[in-house]
Amino acid sequence: MAEAPTAQAVEAAAYLEPYGRMLLIRRFEAALHRLFLQGEVHGTTHLSAGQEAIPVGVCLALRADDYVAGTYRGHGHALAKGTDPEALVAEMLGRATGICGGRAGSMNVIDLEHGLVGCFGIVGGSIGAATGAALSARRQNRVAVAFFGDGAANQGYFHECLNLAAVMALPAVYVCENNFYGEFTPLAASTAGGDIAGRAAAYGMPAQVVDGNDLWAVEAAARAAVDTARAGGGPTLLECHTYRHYGHSKSDPATYRPPEEVERWLARDPLAIARERLLALGVPEGEVAATEVEVEAALDRAVEAALQAPYPDPAIDAATEYAGPVHGSPPSPSATPGAGA
Amino acid sequence: MSAVDAATERLEFRTAIRDAIAEEIERDPSVVLFGEDVAAAGGVFKATPGLHERFGDERVFDTPISELALASAAFGAAVTGLRPVFEIMFGDFMALPMDALVNQAAKFWYVSDEQASVPLVVRSAVGGGGRFGAMHSQIHGTWFQGVPGLKIACPSSPAEAKGLLKGAIRDDNPVVFLEHKRLYSVKGRPAAQAPDDVIPLGVARIARAGRDLTIATIGKGVPDALAAADELAADGLDAEVVDLRTLRPLDLDTVLASVARTNRVLAVEEGPRTGGWSTGLLGAIAERGLHDLDDVWILATAETPVPYSPTLEDAYMPGADAIVADVRARLGVGADPREAF
Repeated sequence: MAEAPTAQAVEAAAYLEPYGRMLLIRRFEAALHRLFLQGEVHGTTHLSAGQEAIPVGVCLALRADDYVAGTYRGHGHALAKGTDPEALVAEMLGRATGICGGRAGSMNVIDLEHGLVGCFGIVGGSIGAATGAALSARRQNRVAVAFFGDGAANQGYFHECLNLAAVMALPAVYVCENNFYGEFTPLAASTAGGDIAGRAAAYGMPAQVVDGNDLWAVEAAARAAVDTARAGGGPTLLECHTYRHYGHSKSDPATYRPPEEVERWLARDPLAIARERLLALGVPEGEVAATEVEVEAALDRAVEAALQAPYPDPAIDAATEYAGPVHGSPPSPSATPGAGA
Repeated sequence: MSAVDAATERLEFRTAIRDAIAEEIERDPSVVLFGEDVAAAGGVFKATPGLHERFGDERVFDTPISELALASAAFGAAVTGLRPVFEIMFGDFMALPMDALVNQAAKFWYVSDEQASVPLVVRSAVGGGGRFGAMHSQIHGTWFQGVPGLKIACPSSPAEAKGLLKGAIRDDNPVVFLEHKRLYSVKGRPAAQAPDDVIPLGVARIARAGRDLTIATIGKGVPDALAAADELAADGLDAEVVDLRTLRPLDLDTVLASVARTNRVLAVEEGPRTGGWSTGLLGAIAERGLHDLDDVWILATAETPVPYSPTLEDAYMPGADAIVADVRARLGVGADPREAF
């Protein structure tokens, strides 16, 4: 007869699912990388491998109906908030079954059903969108979270919205994923003072620097910030330190990063940290391995299904410019989509 | 707060704006109004006095001077359950929040695969003639006209202001709403529009019926064209005035029907013709109504910023006198225009 698991192990087992979600993001990004090289993913993609602990840790502190806004490096934001992996892969492939019907692509994913008000292709856009969602959220006893990179801390969105949220005590949490590079430029060359969390003090807003590669540290910081926001205590800024495993985008081999820096961060892989922690807390390795097998199989199925899905047909595309009843004339008869079909 | 001046039974334009907002806030709990100095101060053009006192902080509130944050917050709020009406005080300031309106609000309906609409209205005071100089006198409608998903409305009278603003607030799409500064003090008949005074966006109006010439214009151009038409009537020229009401969508059918009756069209635009709405309108008329055309031309402004000096600004504006002079020069003073060509 096996030994009864310790209370600590039972508690730790609750983190198997979040660990699996981090792994899902990692494998999702690897699959996209492969599909891009095969010509199935178009344009560009911005992969978030290495940063998985942040969205997963933050979303652990959220309710299903809370709001998040993400970035063009947003696959992790969507998967952490609950977007169906198959619908997300299909979106990347430009298929009709995509979460946005193939209209959005990699950089502009929207999944309102899961509280994702959008991923934004413009640096800083998520900060504004989440600030607006917080206006609604305070009526709904909800909280709104903005994910953004360190580069966004130099945008007007950051300063205008943190000020607005602080002065109105909005239920918002601003989560900076500081991976130390804005595109190809290091933080030190672009960000005066080098202290993003420190900027919150100017707005009288609490802030915290967090180890963004430690799932437990992110969750703890997010839980405190989310609880404060929901209780009417106003917004918080979390600066989560992390590192991306890929370059900025598909065209970037990231040769500007010193090899020893890359090595140092790869040694602090958030997935490896989470796995070791689970084992140290007494979760049986067999359960961890079973979760890993399950996640990989589920992703394989999602990719296979997405690859079989049809492309949207422009001849039957029922796109309308506007929501609701429409008055006025189309610009010209030939400009009507699908008019020739 | 009566909508109508008791002595004259005439509605002031700025009061029409206030009444439209008040009635919609009262009717729909999701409508909110915010902006710089709209609440406690009642707006710098006194278009929103009393609303804060009447509806409280939750529905009507002042904000920092942060145009990008306001527009993005309005977007985020609109996709999560509110119907924001916000003020960007002068239209010229609309250069600042363009990302939130063009990339976020305007694209959401389509890119999300129609997951939700974006019911917001951004109101601004626009136009020249007030000696406000180059950065407080522009009309920004054409900056936004090429953006699918947006609607652009510009009322020409108090009754129109009330009806179109109510129509804009009830519209499910993002609406850029232009209030000409020279109209705020205009009083006029509070024409009843059924139901609830609401005018749906995208339906133009024949402001004056005539046989010889169609003058197509919008906003302050309409009262100017009506005054010009009265004067031209003395020359024996019977002008029809079409109030476009919205630049996007554009009600071409109403314009084409008018041109079919008059065979001549003059577009009067307060703004430069290069990139102006009048060039697009005339192109569309040529595309669909060439067989009806005997003459077609544009009266627009100089290709310069709006000047400050009274002599320069008066010469810049395409007012009633300029319209009369332009029509006389084009068609021949006192001549029967049907014989002139």
